[in-house]
Amino acid sequence: MPWSKIKPDTDELNYCHNGNCGGRQISYAQAVNEGLRQSLTLDERVFVMGQGVDDPSGMFGTTRGLQEEFGKKRVFDTPLAETALTGVANGAAIGGMRPVYFHNRPDFLLLAMDQLVNHASKWHFMFGGAVNVPLVLWACIGRGWGSAAQHSQALQGIFFHVPGLKLLMPSTCYDAKGLLLAAIKDDNPVLILDHRYNFKQKGMVPEDMYTVPIGKGIVRRPGRDVTIVAISHLVADAFMTAEKLAGQGVDVEVIDPRTLRPLDEALILNSVMKTGRLVIADTGWKTGGVTAEIAALVSSKAFRFLKAPIERVACPDLPTPAGYTLEDAYYIGQSDIKHAVMKTIDFER
Amino acid sequence: MQIADNTKILMFYEMKRIRMVQDHIESHYLQDEMKTPVHLCIGQEAVAVGACSALQKTDYISSNHRSHGHYLAKGGNLNNLIAELHCKMTGCSKGYGGSMHIVDTSVGHMGSSSIVGGGIPIGTGLGLAISMKQQNSVSVIFFGDGAADEGVLYESINFAILKKLPVIYILENNQWSVCSHVSSRQAGKNIFHHAPQKLLMTKKIDGNNVLEVYETVSEAVNFARKGYGPSFIECETYRILGHAGCASQDADGYRDLKEADEWKKKCPVNTFQEKLIQGNFLSIEDIENMESRIQAEIEDAFDFAQKSPLPPSHEMTNYLFK
Repeated sequence: MPWSKIKPDTDELNYCHNGNCGGRQISYAQAVNEGLRQSLTLDERVFVMGQGVDDPSGMFGTTRGLQEEFGKKRVFDTPLAETALTGVANGAAIGGMRPVYFHNRPDFLLLAMDQLVNHASKWHFMFGGAVNVPLVLWACIGRGWGSAAQHSQALQGIFFHVPGLKLLMPSTCYDAKGLLLAAIKDDNPVLILDHRYNFKQKGMVPEDMYTVPIGKGIVRRPGRDVTIVAISHLVADAFMTAEKLAGQGVDVEVIDPRTLRPLDEALILNSVMKTGRLVIADTGWKTGGVTAEIAALVSSKAFRFLKAPIERVACPDLPTPAGYTLEDAYYIGQSDIKHAVMKTIDFER
Repeated sequence: MQIADNTKILMFYEMKRIRMVQDHIESHYLQDEMKTPVHLCIGQEAVAVGACSALQKTDYISSNHRSHGHYLAKGGNLNNLIAELHCKMTGCSKGYGGSMHIVDTSVGHMGSSSIVGGGIPIGTGLGLAISMKQQNSVSVIFFGDGAADEGVLYESINFAILKKLPVIYILENNQWSVCSHVSSRQAGKNIFHHAPQKLLMTKKIDGNNVLEVYETVSEAVNFARKGYGPSFIECETYRILGHAGCASQDADGYRDLKEADEWKKKCPVNTFQEKLIQGNFLSIEDIENMESRIQAEIEDAFDFAQKSPLPPSHEMTNYLFK
């Protein structure tokens, strides 16, 4: 099984709100690519950098063709120097540009933590608003087929922890483009974590430039009995689980926060107030991560509405193993989500 | 290089001013009205003044925790600096930064980082912005020998050479990083970059000689403005005081005080003053006039800072995002 074929091309799920957005069907990678192309065309301050943005695979297709169209000064390959190049992006942003720095794995962002956490995320605050860093960092979670411990990490929990950094995790083609355009327009440092699994889907995407507001989540499926807050590609797993459970008389509401920081707290709290049950599914680790934070939010602000303990579905607190059987056991999916939902239903005080 | 008389006098005035500001901070520090760590640059004034005198207002500088000299030499507002040391709302960072995070974008001071080496790639990125916007500015980065221990220096210079960026890397080798001497961190004198001159213009100079710093940085600025790319200037100087705080707070036992005494004889302000008097550029009376003018300005700045309000606690959440 070639690595690239790990998940077949699919059409995006028929979420209840899809409706007619005036778009045409394109792939997730094409949606990102189109957003970059439009930004580069309309705003001369925008440039795209990253190791391999000009290579034939074009960062999973997201940057393909951009250097030919916009030249080497605006779309360029970088040395393998993540710390300095993140600082260079910070400096360019402070100097009036709009850098978009692409990494093909979040693992490499750990090399850039000094400039990301100590500098970009602090700069506006620690100078009392005198300067700001309109920077977009992008990385793609590369789960699957023996990627092992250093090429597949879902590190959103680490970045979620940092004040001053906006953190986006789109799950649909529409949002991939709309959130990217919102991030480029934003005057602050924004990190977008995409997931390889989403790249294999096609969805409706308008041709014009539009933005999806940062800090606004969306209900992917309304329901009465249980709320699932799912992150990134797990939105699809949660939705499919919900559709199956509907046949068994369990009506599940699926919420996609889309952006983790700022987090749409009201959307999550209102849903839990209605259903009284919550399952949180995240591609990252459990301890100290995204599921922990959302669980804490709900238990502190909507405790009296809860009819059952909050269930969390996340990767075990282990590095990712490479071997196929181990990897299969490590990752979470529909059966884990279903199991968690049923635990909240079956719970009796 | 012919340096105009009034440029020399102006540079002397700037050095004297920075020294007197530092002395004033030092003598008042234990009153505990400045509740933020200060890193004084006494002994290093020639680097800041020599370099910034070769720059325009539209040129950028990127600095570090020991940056009062860079700030003032670039034209940063003194009242706002002293207010920031008092963490007041009128401070250059509105009391959110303290002594290690000072900024004055109106004169091209784009901020200082207290992560050693942190400002190096940021200044490089400012050079990238200048280059992409086809401006005629340059970006100057001040950093110490401690920052030269960091890999990010190599990464940044490599990128600046690759893209021929108008960046000038100014290493202030003051011999000490906290209480670690440069010899305990680097073998021999290996900081100085022996890159081929066609890739990177490199110079090693006397950092206590303001005229030499001015000339060398002027040359690097011309080089950068012509589009030839970056340069690297190592300025040998000395940190007369301890790492942070005032002299009486300096830990004992990590350096031979004779060493500091030897460097005091090479004081960049006093040696330049003697030179200017001997050359009949300035009289003792001129210098006394300068001193009283500067003293009055400093007292006004401290008065301004002390009378300024502290930021109210409910404003803590300001400036997280723009």
